[in-house]
Amino acid sequence: MKERAVTIRVQGQVQGVGFRPFVWQLAQEFGVRGRVWNDAEGVGIEASGAGLEAFVAAISARAPKLARVDAVEISGFAGELPEGFEIAPSRGRGAETRVTPDAATCPACVAEIAEPGRRQGYAFTNCTQCGPRFSILKGLPYDRAQTTMAAFPMCPDCRAEYEDPADRRFHAQPVACPTCGPRLWFEVSGTELPGDPIAQAVACLRAGGVVAVKGIGGFHLACDARNPAAVALLRARKRRPAKPLAVMARRADLAALAEVTEADLALLSDPAAPIVLLRSRRTLPEGIAPGMAALGVLLPYTPLHHLLLEAFGGPLVMTSGNLSGEPQVIGNAEARTKLAGFADGFLMHDREIARRLDDSVERSQPPMILRRARGRVPGTLPLPPGFADAPQVLALGGQMKGAICLVKNGQALLGHHLGDLDATLSADEFVKAVADYRALFDHAPALVAVDAHPGYRATQAGQAMGLPVAEVWHHHAHLAACLAENLWPLDGGKVAGIVLDGTGLGPDGTLWGGEVLLGDYHGFTRAAHLRPAPLIGGDRAAREPWRNALARLDQAGLADWADALFAQAPRDLLRQAAARGINAPLSSSAGRLFDAFAAVLGLCPMAQSYEGEAAMRLEALAQDGGAGLPFAQRGALIDPAPIWAEARRALQAGASPAELSGRFHLGLAQAFAAAARDLVARGEARAVALSGGCFQNALLHDLTIRALGETPVLTHRVTPANDGGLALGQATVAAANALRGVESR
Amino acid sequence: MALRDTHVTMAHGGGGRAMRDLIDDVFTSVFQPPDTEDQARLMDEALREPGARLAFTTDSFVVTPLEFPGGDIGTLAVCGTVNDLAVGGARPLWLSAAFIIEEGCEIALLRRIVASVAAEAAQAGVRIVTGDTKVVERGKGDGLFITTAGVGVIPPGLDLGARHIRPGDAVIVNGVLGDHGATILAARGDLALSVDLASDCAGLGHLMQAALAAAPGLRAARDCTRGGLASALNEMAAEAGLAVELDETRLPLRPEVAGVCEILGLDPLYLANEGRLVLFCPPDQAEALVAALRRLPEGQGACVIGQTLPAPAGRVTLRTAFGGARLVDMLIGEQLPRIC
Ligand SMILES: [Fe+3]
Ligand SMILES: [Mg+2]
Ligand SMILES: [Zn+2]
Ligand SMILES: [Zn+2]
Repeated sequence: MKERAVTIRVQGQVQGVGFRPFVWQLAQEFGVRGRVWNDAEGVGIEASGAGLEAFVAAISARAPKLARVDAVEISGFAGELPEGFEIAPSRGRGAETRVTPDAATCPACVAEIAEPGRRQGYAFTNCTQCGPRFSILKGLPYDRAQTTMAAFPMCPDCRAEYEDPADRRFHAQPVACPTCGPRLWFEVSGTELPGDPIAQAVACLRAGGVVAVKGIGGFHLACDARNPAAVALLRARKRRPAKPLAVMARRADLAALAEVTEADLALLSDPAAPIVLLRSRRTLPEGIAPGMAALGVLLPYTPLHHLLLEAFGGPLVMTSGNLSGEPQVIGNAEARTKLAGFADGFLMHDREIARRLDDSVERSQPPMILRRARGRVPGTLPLPPGFADAPQVLALGGQMKGAICLVKNGQALLGHHLGDLDATLSADEFVKAVADYRALFDHAPALVAVDAHPGYRATQAGQAMGLPVAEVWHHHAHLAACLAENLWPLDGGKVAGIVLDGTGLGPDGTLWGGEVLLGDYHGFTRAAHLRPAPLIGGDRAAREPWRNALARLDQAGLADWADALFAQAPRDLLRQAAARGINAPLSSSAGRLFDAFAAVLGLCPMAQSYEGEAAMRLEALAQDGGAGLPFAQRGALIDPAPIWAEARRALQAGASPAELSGRFHLGLAQAFAAAARDLVARGEARAVALSGGCFQNALLHDLTIRALGETPVLTHRVTPANDGGLALGQATVAAANALRGVESR
Repeated sequence: MALRDTHVTMAHGGGGRAMRDLIDDVFTSVFQPPDTEDQARLMDEALREPGARLAFTTDSFVVTPLEFPGGDIGTLAVCGTVNDLAVGGARPLWLSAAFIIEEGCEIALLRRIVASVAAEAAQAGVRIVTGDTKVVERGKGDGLFITTAGVGVIPPGLDLGARHIRPGDAVIVNGVLGDHGATILAARGDLALSVDLASDCAGLGHLMQAALAAAPGLRAARDCTRGGLASALNEMAAEAGLAVELDETRLPLRPEVAGVCEILGLDPLYLANEGRLVLFCPPDQAEALVAALRRLPEGQGACVIGQTLPAPAGRVTLRTAFGGARLVDMLIGEQLPRIC
């Protein structure tokens, strides 16, 4: 009698993660014969043998760490099978086109570089479970010849590992060793120093110097995180007075720096190795993150980082190496010219970085991604039920936190953080990203989705593509992004979206940003919103918090308080500009309300040195101070006017700014929660969705959820609540309306 | 017959006696056109030269307020058209001027503006040779609109244009940027500025002649009016098929204008100018060109502000003081905040 034979189809993130050797090893273990191959759908297996059942069960149960198994389908197989188990050539067009995100060095490789052997101390050690991927990719299919490792022909030893299915380097494209792989060196003023590059770099760091370190997705600037003078030097050279600096620390050093929960540790140890915002113990110099309660920490994620931190023996500042207003530097020549004024030495290597990828920035509690880049892209997201037949859509995102999104086959690929698209290099990166991701996804968009703001570079680019364009209103896109990531079905009904952010163009021609929208993927109405105030000086108001305080205090009839608070500022001119409508557009922005309140409490009132500084300081300052400040609800208007008089009274009565910050957060959360809860209570909305950059404020996030009580709440966890997630919302709105066959606005 | 009315009425546009009086007393007596026929019949020696070409342009002028520090709508109407001719290498010779007057316009104001037109024309060496007036009902015009058209002569062999710009060319302006735009904003908004601002409004015919003499290799020039330097450069970069890189530290800016821009949140690169042009010339002639411009009052602030690069076509970038670079876009509609 013939033994039972099956075809097994495995879908998900199963290519470039060592999945075929994993299957091969399972076959050996369970005495199964047959074959495994890659194709456009994922991985295919034909198998037969005594241990078939256990073999099938193990495929999903024991999948490699970097893999994500979405589905395992089994059907009968009647063809011929080989005697043993073989790894067969890839089948069909579109095979080998999946690229996984870059992954932090795995424990086996960390151990290998520490132990005697041919890779001891080797800074470019990797295997199928770790190492560079997307950052070295130049073309498809993903094999060595199409990566920046093409410049390094494998030596016989590496080749043997690469070709051995039993080896953890089987088909690891970036496999390398000191004989054949990239080389590390330390240079000063363009001259390579003799000796151990790690030791040279450590000496420079110990002396309080700044070292430019070439990493996975770009150059970092490193200095001794415990040395206040070194931190100050780095800040002065980079002209970065206050923006928090990330710190890279060994696992053993974490506890001294911050309170690390289990969830924090799990996130830090994720193969994505993001920067995780931890509760700081304030043991490092204040200059690391002035005025912040959180400390951004990441673990070493390349062998080079492991070697450097071990040799240095303590935490290092690891901030992106870039000129002010520009994205991170990735090329060696570029680094030598642009970072010459910042760094005392360069820890360089000769493996080219194909793609700029910033470190991702995340939080474990509440779980959120603030910046989605290295380690997270190009991971795909499943789309909600109802989107399976959506056309291919290309969505181009926002202006300041550029990121694009591609929809195909019921999946969404949200691209990496591209930065401010006014910066020349980011704009170039944007154009490259569009081409790049389209090739990667074999994408032929039927339509392109853009923000409705005509001044966004991404919008202009979309309109020049010659494809049908779907313009999506900014805050609708935020709402839809939150729905999509939560797999809210296409026909799931309306939700109340609390969308709080900086500014985005609204359908009435004013700038929105403090909104309660009632809607779904298809459309929305503006159910409630913050009472608008002029943004005096346009975008300038986003840089100078006092402008917003002036507008809000004047509006509340407290001009005299504004006069007292900002006695030296050109108040008359601003008031005239506001009255005459000279560059003073009306906006319901919640972000600018945060700025206004921060300014009143004296937090960087005259100028923010980085985007979000005032709001972040306000959050860091907050303490429980009792009742929320009283926002007035008048019909659809949420009017902050009464909060100012109460704040003034409380301050005069001796309340602390910390308590007032707490009461501001609570009052705002309660006001918006009440408006949203109403819509649910009346049966108009089925749940509440929280989106917009303000919800990166963990306190506001938590207070809003608490104020919503039993109401079901959707939040952003794996896509940014800020404009970094906008493209996903644009894509789903455009897709939804295309499915329904109507114009999307 | 002398006009005794103090304000323009609909009768002044009616085609009768009142209109004749307005034209004779306010316009003809000042402009003194060579011909009383309804057309100007013109000849200039420059036209006789084989290969000489006529240049012809027109522009309409709308501004609030009509009078502002440094000029009025009349000076704008002459300078604008003269400059459009001059930047093409033409010597401006003749202008037409059509006035659309709103009922109720003060005759005294009209006289002042006509005087400005005459004075500016004399200064530029052009004659107002023909014209027209119309009166529109109250509320149907903004006080006064003026349309001018101009004719000039381009000497044989001279061909300026963006298509001649080459990579590596020097980009030069003749003076500080944004004075006009900032002045108009301040005047319109009644802003209580503690500083004095005046429009940069000036005819640039003589300046262009000096530029051509000093830099025979001059490739192209353009006046930076509405939309400012940024818009002029974007147009030229696109037409030339190359990139322009500006150096922020070299941009000439009056501190007062920089201050107003900061307060109002405006970018001086987009502010209108009425006496500023941008010139492109081979790098080895830049020094001579700047020196020649600086010898004239309307070129005192001349300087090199950047250079052209081979690619990407149509891109204008600003290298900032700290070494970063940002894109300088074409302005799309009004400037709406984009920071989210
Ligand atoms: Fe937004
Ligand atoms: Mg014109
Ligand atoms: Zn590994
Ligand atoms: Zn090797």
